[in-house]
Amino acid sequence: MRLLKLVPDNTNIDFLRWRGFAIAVSTLLIALSVFFLVTRGLNFGVDFAGGQQHRVLFAQAVDLDELRGRLGGLGLGEPNVKTLGSDREIAIRMPLPEGSEAAVNAAASRVRATIVQAYPGARPQAVESVSGKVSGELARDGAISLLLAMLGIALYIWFRFEWQFGVGALVSLIHDLTIVLGFYSLTQIDFSLSAIAALLTLIGYSLNDTVVVYDRIRENLKKYRKMAIEPLLNLSVNETLSRTIATNTAVLLAVLGLVFFGPDVIFSLTIGILVGVVIGTYSSVYVARFMLVPLGVGPDSFVPKTGLPAGAERVESHNESF
Amino acid sequence: MFDFPRWKVWGISLLCLVGILFAVPSMFPERVVARWPSWVPSARINLGLDLAGGSYLLLQADTSDVARQRLQQMEETIETGLRRMKPRIAIDNLSSAAGRLSFVVRDPAQLDAAVEFARSQTKPVGLGPRDWNVNVFDQNRVEMVPTAAGLGEALENAMSTAREVVYNRVDPDGTREVTVIRQGRDRILVEVPGLQDPEALKTLLGKTARLEFKLVDLDAEPGDTAAGRARPGMQVLPMAEGGGRIAVQRRAIVTGDRLIDAQQTFDPTDNSPAVSITFDSNGGRAFGKVTQANVGKPFAIILDDVVLSAPSIREPILGGQAQISGSYTVQTANDLAVQLRSGKLPVELSVIEERTVGPDLGKDSIRKGVIACIAGGLLVLVFMFATYGFFGLFANVALILNVLLILGWMALFNASLTLPGLAGFVLTIGAAVDANVIINERIREELRRGRKVIDAVDTGWKEASTAILDANITNAIAGGLMFYFGTGPIRGFAVVLVIGILTSAFTAITVARMLVALWLRRTRPKSLTL
Repeated sequence: MRLLKLVPDNTNIDFLRWRGFAIAVSTLLIALSVFFLVTRGLNFGVDFAGGQQHRVLFAQAVDLDELRGRLGGLGLGEPNVKTLGSDREIAIRMPLPEGSEAAVNAAASRVRATIVQAYPGARPQAVESVSGKVSGELARDGAISLLLAMLGIALYIWFRFEWQFGVGALVSLIHDLTIVLGFYSLTQIDFSLSAIAALLTLIGYSLNDTVVVYDRIRENLKKYRKMAIEPLLNLSVNETLSRTIATNTAVLLAVLGLVFFGPDVIFSLTIGILVGVVIGTYSSVYVARFMLVPLGVGPDSFVPKTGLPAGAERVESHNESF
Repeated sequence: MFDFPRWKVWGISLLCLVGILFAVPSMFPERVVARWPSWVPSARINLGLDLAGGSYLLLQADTSDVARQRLQQMEETIETGLRRMKPRIAIDNLSSAAGRLSFVVRDPAQLDAAVEFARSQTKPVGLGPRDWNVNVFDQNRVEMVPTAAGLGEALENAMSTAREVVYNRVDPDGTREVTVIRQGRDRILVEVPGLQDPEALKTLLGKTARLEFKLVDLDAEPGDTAAGRARPGMQVLPMAEGGGRIAVQRRAIVTGDRLIDAQQTFDPTDNSPAVSITFDSNGGRAFGKVTQANVGKPFAIILDDVVLSAPSIREPILGGQAQISGSYTVQTANDLAVQLRSGKLPVELSVIEERTVGPDLGKDSIRKGVIACIAGGLLVLVFMFATYGFFGLFANVALILNVLLILGWMALFNASLTLPGLAGFVLTIGAAVDANVIINERIREELRRGRKVIDAVDTGWKEASTAILDANITNAIAGGLMFYFGTGPIRGFAVVLVIGILTSAFTAITVARMLVALWLRRTRPKSLTL
């Protein structure tokens, strides 16, 4: 049986030669992302901006302008009304009203009552109302969890490898997160708690890849002590390339199922993961690995500081015990 | 690596079998599971509110309300307590402004007695300071300042009572699977599955339901009452439905604390919906005594500081039973009865976060989510087989086992499956694939280097293990943080991710290796297609 090989055996692609191009691409993507984030910002959902959001299934198609006028007349702020798939299923978003913490929920009750009264047969499918205080806390917790995840993972990698690897991982994470945030900004897809979950997953995934390659670099550094660092990185990337491609293809296939067949309620989560997986694959080939060169990882990085005398020939070993 | 003695094979197989057994009930409808013999596990995975439909409400207590009530109570205690002292201690300028209570003792000679009485009304909090500080200024002015410890304790007590009350209101019959837990210092989280309309629930929780019966102040000047001025020991309260104001005594004849039952009923005079209430023996006696002494005079029925009605006492009410009537519908009368039965809320609560999902949307999400999972899973299985052939099948067995084990563990720990959790499932499939891919790629590589089959498989597994371990730990860090900081749905995502990391490490490293080892031992192949 002939097996599918996405990557031919014994590849020897000189990734290093394309480094300049990769740096240009990364810089451009990051610059674009920052530009979008600054000029358009993120389209914060009710989780982080506060306010209310309704999802209503109407008995028949409704005139959106009429609905907008009716809700706008409540004096609770300008409603944002759009259809979801069919013209009977409608999403309504209202801003955070003035007043106490309880005001937003009272306002949500009024909107709901207004709709049910004005449109017989309308069924509220989902309601979310988040007060200013709660949304502030959710935003804070979301930011903290992202920061802690990045730091925790960088520390872990530092502890398991060397500090240069930890920094390399952190830089590639910041690279990935910025670009995915830029994607959310460009498309103005709702940035809510689901998006934070997507970013956290992406942090785990992108590092998953990075770690596997770092593991190989460490192994090769010990094995080929005389080899210069740059060809050694090239070798390591080539050796792990088929694994990177195979794993990410599998994940991509799984996520594609979710994006196309999954419920639109979690679209903000799945699309973020999809984009993240693509960016993460690229960054683990280029950003995480070649960051090691300027950081000064060399053949001596994994030589124990004590024990072996300087310059002693190291014995090849496969029995790493951790 | 091929050292799999019989006991190990049995042990691993047993672990898998138990996991699968726990996963089975979640895959069948509930009524089918109910008919199974009792030895089969019947615990099913909980569906989160976004899949099952239902309401999530976060209630915030008004902490200043607790402080205000406490101050008010102390003011009443001091006022009546000093008046009843023998000899009576006369005071002036009793005020509770700026969050503290202060008064001036008219006769400086009585200052010590007054301070002693004030101190006797305070109590220590745990081993620390007392709940109030009593200070003396200018030889005759006494000031009582609530301490932080005292306020903290009062809030703590109020919140734990409030939680009980909320629980009783949400689920008066104890038949729904509701969750009512305290969150932080001053919040209560309520989850009610399967609720179509949360408005009724919110109305039920929105009222304090503090019921009081008080005598009406007959000597009040109508002008003073209209202006909101009350005589000493009296207070002015609004009447329900814009009926103006009325002056009543501060001291209640009896309060809702003395209530043992409240039921919706119909007023015998005009058949309109009403609420009948029954007091306990102490409350009934107090009510009887006061009504006996005040026949012909009006008394006020007060709910949450609003006078519902002020009927005249026609005859002494001795049985401990009373009836509240007004413009109620059957529904509102019933709600009031539930509120009164569950007791008054010691502190005002307001909804600061609501997430409600209708059952239809939940069902739709389950259907689409399952389709997406199956589609994604099948694509991955086909891909693995196409890429690694026979070894891909080993990986696929491990993969399917992994999904079953996650389901089993979730059922075992009673974890909730949410919509993002379904996405987590798909991602876990990816993580599980990764372990197998790393191993298979490594074996391929070792084969290319010219190692013998068994040697290549052996080395491949050994070398791949560290990478798999590191990769899984980094994922677990992200998942753990998500669980710790996340709320609701995000937590559901993290639960699946973390359980998935554990089971995928087990299935990929242990189970798949065992399968390969057993196969190699039996066939001893000279070459591999990989």
